[in-house]
Amino acid sequence: MTNLFVLQLLNGVQLGVLLFLIAAGLTLVFGIMDVVNLAHGVLYMVGAYFVATFAALTGSFWWGLLLMLPAAVAVGLILEVVVIRRLYARSHLDQVLATFGLVMIANETVKIVWGVSPLSVPMPEILSGSVPLMGPLQYPVYRIAIIVAGLAVAGGLYLVINHTRIGMLLRAGATNRAMVSALGIDIGKLFAIVFTLGAVLACLAGALVAPILSVDTGMGESVLILTFVVVVIGGIGSIKGAFLGALLVAIVDTLGGVFGPILLREVLDPSAAGQAGRMLAPMLVYILMAAILCVKPAGLFGGRG
Amino acid sequence: MTLKTTLLATTTLSLGLATAAAAQDVPAAAEDDVLKIGLIYTLSGPAAALGEQARNGFMLAAERMGEIGGMETEIVVIDDEQRPDKAADDARELVQREEVDFVVGPIFSNILVAIHQPVTETGTILISTNAGTSNFAGPDCHPNFFVTSYQNDQNHEVMGAYAEQEGYQNVFLMAPNYQAGKDSLAGFKHSYTGGVAGEVFTELGQLDFSSELAQIAAFQPDALFTFMPGGMGVNLVKQYDQAGLSSIPFLSAFTVDETTLPATQEAALGLLGGANWAPDLDNEANAEFVSAYIEEYDAVPGTYAMQAYDAAQLINSAVSKVGGDLTDRDALRAALKEADFDSPRGDFSFGVNNYPVQDFYLVEAVEREDGFFATSAQEKIFDDYVDTYADQCEMPSP
Repeated sequence: MTNLFVLQLLNGVQLGVLLFLIAAGLTLVFGIMDVVNLAHGVLYMVGAYFVATFAALTGSFWWGLLLMLPAAVAVGLILEVVVIRRLYARSHLDQVLATFGLVMIANETVKIVWGVSPLSVPMPEILSGSVPLMGPLQYPVYRIAIIVAGLAVAGGLYLVINHTRIGMLLRAGATNRAMVSALGIDIGKLFAIVFTLGAVLACLAGALVAPILSVDTGMGESVLILTFVVVVIGGIGSIKGAFLGALLVAIVDTLGGVFGPILLREVLDPSAAGQAGRMLAPMLVYILMAAILCVKPAGLFGGRG
Repeated sequence: MTLKTTLLATTTLSLGLATAAAAQDVPAAAEDDVLKIGLIYTLSGPAAALGEQARNGFMLAAERMGEIGGMETEIVVIDDEQRPDKAADDARELVQREEVDFVVGPIFSNILVAIHQPVTETGTILISTNAGTSNFAGPDCHPNFFVTSYQNDQNHEVMGAYAEQEGYQNVFLMAPNYQAGKDSLAGFKHSYTGGVAGEVFTELGQLDFSSELAQIAAFQPDALFTFMPGGMGVNLVKQYDQAGLSSIPFLSAFTVDETTLPATQEAALGLLGGANWAPDLDNEANAEFVSAYIEEYDAVPGTYAMQAYDAAQLINSAVSKVGGDLTDRDALRAALKEADFDSPRGDFSFGVNNYPVQDFYLVEAVEREDGFFATSAQEKIFDDYVDTYADQCEMPSP
């Protein structure tokens, strides 16, 4: 039982850092620019497709990852200039409609360009295989690498946000946007930087996950809903909140899915426990969100109510 | 040789005809001198690879024979898009407007259920080359319906029997949470009496199996049995390998085969499956089929291709037997029932329900000498195996 707990905890942390990479951009865009971006999951998908393409062209996952970054910057800038920039002054409903349209356009475009069959990305040789953990337990090296990479990015973001001038502007923008622009800051440029940063982080998450999942058109939507939960729990606009929220959501999700049925088995007969556990496990995350919002209506670190 | 292939990309619904279909024993199609065959397969979407294999297998046989059964042959290929409603319309169109003599297909069981009645009620022969549901094997068996694949439960029963034979006491079971997944585990338990370490139903289409693999690692079962067709199987096999679980035997059905091996490659080596055939079965018909397929399509055929190849051979043998006279339906059905052709799988005959009586094997994923990854037959598990529903079939007179 301890073994299972340790493994699931690691799986939870791995999912958590991925969710954080996606949620960080989403929370900034929502908190600073006040734009509800449903198309954020698309960037995650595009990142995975980019790395699949570039890795296939160059024959190396590392080159694929490196080439993915400028491509992600380009996609982020183009999206901001062509679509998102026009939505700042519009209502949230308009933003939802426009970005939902983007989701459908992006999914179809991906199908046209890359085909309907899922792509697979070869895992870099050095990170394949697994390491012994404890007793007979093994854990894949690549998933550990994801955790390390995600934590490194989180550390980097912490430095940028708390110790640089641009970070100061971001924090100020998330707290009081009108005041920042009243102080003479070029808010348009700030927004473009924020959106592109978010896009690159989401693409990076997609690229990192590509070797363990197959790269598929629907992959963005499946992760987007959990990401919104993370943003709401963490507090809109807060990177720190996104980090804690992502870990919390992911760990509850992975542990609940396994231990829910096991605990229920103590009080119910096995088949009913299995059935109830399967239905209960996906609800846990939303129960967690409701509980946190009861205590802190703005989320854990929400600047604005 | 006039072998014409028409690919109908889109299909319009023949509204009036759809309701006018009355039961008739000698279809209008039987009167002309052309042998017309309609193929219905899933040729787009995530499962397109399965339909493509089946179509390739049938076309390979047709091209090699030139004229099937000595008659001028015309083949119409239709993509059912894995949509039962569309497939039912396609089937009606094939039977009523195209006036085909045989309908061959599909891949998926829900499609088979949708097209069965529209085809068989008009007296046209339907040959399923993959789906083999229990109802048509048992109480709903039909004289115009033949199956060249298997009854759906059988591959799972093979793995259950293998687990039993190995003396496993503690097997972890995992399948997607939908009907075929539940049937799969039931089929496994049909021939396995040992204990169950855990039984997990995953979400259909799930791609990350880290939670399930963690449970397997923690429980350390004697073996894993799973049914994860298509992309799910590709991901599971890769992650199973990455998680270092390869020491636990991996028993599967429709998970490790020639449609997924090109994607999983080395990660699948040594994993086990149950099947009615493997590309390396040692017989002359098989060697001929596999080498011709590789030459034509540069890929190793899977069971989907082999079963469709046999459907073409079956039609060829029966039409030759009746001398091209398709109007005597009883004679045609009797000729089909004889199954007088050399199947690449070796022994092949039809049971009372027109489902195959055949051998089943334990297969293992290997790398072939030519560099392709494929399954390889390891041992025969069932000999001349009759499906468990056959005794419920009282074949109605046509």
